[in-house]
Amino acid sequence: MKHLLSTRDLSTEDIVSILAMADHMAEINSRALPKVPALRGRTIASVFFEDSTRTRLSFETAATRLSAEVMTFIASSSSVNKGESLRDTIETLSAMGVDAFVVRHKSSGAPQQITQWTDAAVVNAGDGWHQHPTQALLDAYTITRNFHELNSMHGRTVAIVGDIKHSRVARSDIDVFTRLGAQVVLVAPAAFLPTSLDGWGVTTADSLDDVVGVVDVVYMLRIQRERMDEAQLPSLREYSSLFALTPERAARMQSHALLLHPGPINRGIEMTVDPSLVPGSRILQQVTNGISIRMAVLFSLLGGDATITLSNGVEG
Amino acid sequence: MSSTSTVSSEILGIADVDKALKRIAHEIVERNTDLSDVVIVGMQTGGTWIASRLHENIAQISPAVSVPLGAVDISMYRDDFSLRPIVLSAPTDIPVDLTGRTVVLVDDVLFTGRTVRAALEALNDHGRPRAVQLAVMVDRGHRELPIRPDYVGKNIPTHFSDEVSVGPEGVTVVVASGETA
Repeated sequence: MKHLLSTRDLSTEDIVSILAMADHMAEINSRALPKVPALRGRTIASVFFEDSTRTRLSFETAATRLSAEVMTFIASSSSVNKGESLRDTIETLSAMGVDAFVVRHKSSGAPQQITQWTDAAVVNAGDGWHQHPTQALLDAYTITRNFHELNSMHGRTVAIVGDIKHSRVARSDIDVFTRLGAQVVLVAPAAFLPTSLDGWGVTTADSLDDVVGVVDVVYMLRIQRERMDEAQLPSLREYSSLFALTPERAARMQSHALLLHPGPINRGIEMTVDPSLVPGSRILQQVTNGISIRMAVLFSLLGGDATITLSNGVEG
Repeated sequence: MSSTSTVSSEILGIADVDKALKRIAHEIVERNTDLSDVVIVGMQTGGTWIASRLHENIAQISPAVSVPLGAVDISMYRDDFSLRPIVLSAPTDIPVDLTGRTVVLVDDVLFTGRTVRAALEALNDHGRPRAVQLAVMVDRGHRELPIRPDYVGKNIPTHFSDEVSVGPEGVTVVVASGETA
């Protein structure tokens, strides 16, 4: 694996192997001194053309805990404002000696484009509506570890609720969850669903009430207010009446069911319940797990030329 | 394409391995008069079964003292990532703070010493041990670092390219004896 641009770059075996590696990283993160020398001497540049403090800090923390050097490039405070092209930016940073770029961009496909201009590894930290692979990996990690089924989500049902159409998180999650064996049901008004779901391997539901009591995972997406107008939805109140996670709906979740959200939460829009009052909420655990997953991804890309092989426990 | 013909010979049998593990356990107990300070730590993956066998034997010799058993994964501490595949087993599991304890670090084969170097660095992230002792089933020579074992099951002179395999059922050396086209 040279780059991580999309969950589709990963075989199902690759996914399972990254999740297993994240267990090692989680052990490191649980220590009083959460740092190992694994990527000493490597330089990782986080290049963010779109605001995202939490994803950037998560990647940078992951890199630091593996002893890599971190370079930060934030477009709003950079020469992009002076008209520097994406290509010039990447080539300039490459010339400073970068082993991996972590890229966030508002245009779908920008990370793919960047691979043409550098020999460094490229990790997609979210591009347009397209993909957010590390989010899907950390979500799958959170779900499988909570259900103690390390290699599979077989037999689990996940409801993904909200603006599926404009969500890179949903696209990446659907791919990873279905390949690990989960059944995914999309819960959204028609305006928030892609025009065609052929080949996605998912079902849909018209209201959260239909599914909230039967699924194993309730995955709430962030609703962006500006999209409400674009989608010509009648009103936020009408949306909330059918699709928001209210205290009443949260109370109907199965006792073992998990509540996830990629953050940041729009309180009062997609969730009117206080997540800290939902026993199944693993929203903060997702943030913690995100560091372990990003360490695993960076280590897989930069830790060696060799492929990663898994071996189980005691052997001769 | 060429293939290599090999000769494989068994150096220790199942009974010899058993005997060596009992002897090393006795040596550990003799050398560490205060066993309550001792922690047994196996190196993932080859050292863990040996560590747990030593742990059982020590419990039989000194049933009054309960010695903690742990495991250390060194894949994040290696200095040769690009040379060898990364083999992931189980994560590190150190059940106690190692500060002030005597760690008996356990591996199957001592060769260049590089994995032991990495393990020493890994152990330091779990506290500062008073001392670290090294127990191995086989010392096959060819050290590249100033590291020596405290307890050895068997010293076996080898060529650098030989392969030594160690398991509960015995120790085998595979010698590459020549190449055929």
